[in-house]
Amino acid sequence: MSGGPSAGPPQAGPHPLGGSTDVPGGRGAPSPRPFVDFDKVWLAYNEDLLAQGTFAVEDISLQLQEGEFIAIVGPSGCGKSTFMKLTTGLKMPSRGSIHIGGQPVTGPLKISGMAFQAPSLLPWRTTIDNVLLPLEIVEPYRSNFKSKRREYEAKARDLLKSVGLGGYEDKFPWQLSGGMQQRASICRALVHEPKMLLLDEPFGALDAFTREELWCTLRDLQAAQKFNVILVTHDLRESVFLADTVYVMSRSPGRIVVQRQIDLPRPRDLEITYTPAFTDIVHELRGHIGAIRKVGVAVPQ
Amino acid sequence: MKMSKSLERWSPFILLAIILLLWQFVVMLFSIPDYIFPSPWQIAQQFVEFSGPLLEAAWKTFWVTMLGFALAIVVGVLLGFLVGSSRTAYAALYPLLVAFNAVPKAAVVPILVVWFGIGLGPGVLTAFLISFFPITVNIATGLATLEPELEDVLRVLGAHRWDVLVKVGLPRSMPYFYGSLKIAITLAFVGTVLAEMTAGDSGIGYLMQTAGSQQRMPLAFAGLVTIGAMAMAMYEFFSWIEKRTTGWAHRGSNAT
Repeated sequence: MSGGPSAGPPQAGPHPLGGSTDVPGGRGAPSPRPFVDFDKVWLAYNEDLLAQGTFAVEDISLQLQEGEFIAIVGPSGCGKSTFMKLTTGLKMPSRGSIHIGGQPVTGPLKISGMAFQAPSLLPWRTTIDNVLLPLEIVEPYRSNFKSKRREYEAKARDLLKSVGLGGYEDKFPWQLSGGMQQRASICRALVHEPKMLLLDEPFGALDAFTREELWCTLRDLQAAQKFNVILVTHDLRESVFLADTVYVMSRSPGRIVVQRQIDLPRPRDLEITYTPAFTDIVHELRGHIGAIRKVGVAVPQ
Repeated sequence: MKMSKSLERWSPFILLAIILLLWQFVVMLFSIPDYIFPSPWQIAQQFVEFSGPLLEAAWKTFWVTMLGFALAIVVGVLLGFLVGSSRTAYAALYPLLVAFNAVPKAAVVPILVVWFGIGLGPGVLTAFLISFFPITVNIATGLATLEPELEDVLRVLGAHRWDVLVKVGLPRSMPYFYGSLKIAITLAFVGTVLAEMTAGDSGIGYLMQTAGSQQRMPLAFAGLVTIGAMAMAMYEFFSWIEKRTTGWAHRGSNAT
């Protein structure tokens, strides 16, 4: 399943914001210009909350290098989903600024793909048609979707095959298991070759075995296509296994309290999750979350 | 297994036969006069005797209902689209629609007669007024219950409201729409007959009204049966269309 780079390298696609790809030597050693740059970002959901000084996330500063895989963990209600809305440009920060690909974010970012805990596939479309849906909407695919449908479909079929859904392309979502639906949902997020994949607890509703299978699927996809991943999760093992950097967020207001580099060598095998080095990191991060909890209780309501 | 399947299929007819037999038996046992409560047999005789006028009246009622129903589909879908796709329209329109729907349509018919006179107008309009509401509510529900995650997925890609409505909202609301058609068509028949009874000069409602005033109960009952049969046939027709077009929403019963 660690199959070929089906959909081609991301920079091959004509991206609206693809300008950053031509930065020479963008990968490897710390690049001078990060791909995603959050500079002291605060967000209140509306004017009233802003006036009261109630923020969903506070003072978020983080940088992503091109191709980096980060995970954000924290208790529920810590503003992780808000973070996703900020990164995709669905919400504008109340204070601070966000730059992606060297440009300030001013609106929905087409170079990102999203997947959530619920696969939310459309039941009246087959799996392949579900995966093709973004291409019917996003430019530049949209304008030539009808004439190039064959080509796009072949590409989508390759993508589905690479996540182990070969032979299921023409089935309807309800004929697939939960794990397969989630794979299809991730394919839908990737079909327009985004430079950034945003996942909001994508494996939260799956059983432990299926979840670990999908970890490997995601790991292989990312290794092949080198897109950025921002993974929001509750699961510490998941975050340590997959990410290059783990950020721990505190609960309301959402703040980043810890940034932890994960230096485990890649490619990582599932076996690594049973090594002491791995469990030590998980334990350490767990300690931070525990600390947040205690502080949270101490604050008078 | 096979036995119970075929029993299930024939059960409505078996039940109907039992009821008719019981009805006939009770009427005969207590020798109830036909101007109070006619027996099925007497009603059947009326069908044969008055088949001409009954058919003519049924045809009239049928297409008046269809006109009103067609109007209800157009207006109902447009209103539902408006209410379901815009919060402001929802807030503004919904209370009014509910209030309007609660008005007894029998009270509206005399007003329609004043405006449109005796004849087609009141029938079509009553059928329309009584049946557009479920269509509106169902379309609006289908559109308004979009998963927010899916909307985010599409909005990030630069989807306009219109894209989301056409690609996701409308197909999603189709099962609701067909479900509402089944209810609306039976209501439309009620509306037409209501108008015909209060202010008609033809149709089943008028026929029943006349028969009733002449103490010809068997004929009035024949009219009732005709209406019931027409509504049932149309209901079956729409549920057949529903199964054909939105099978994905009924996968429990006919899964592959």
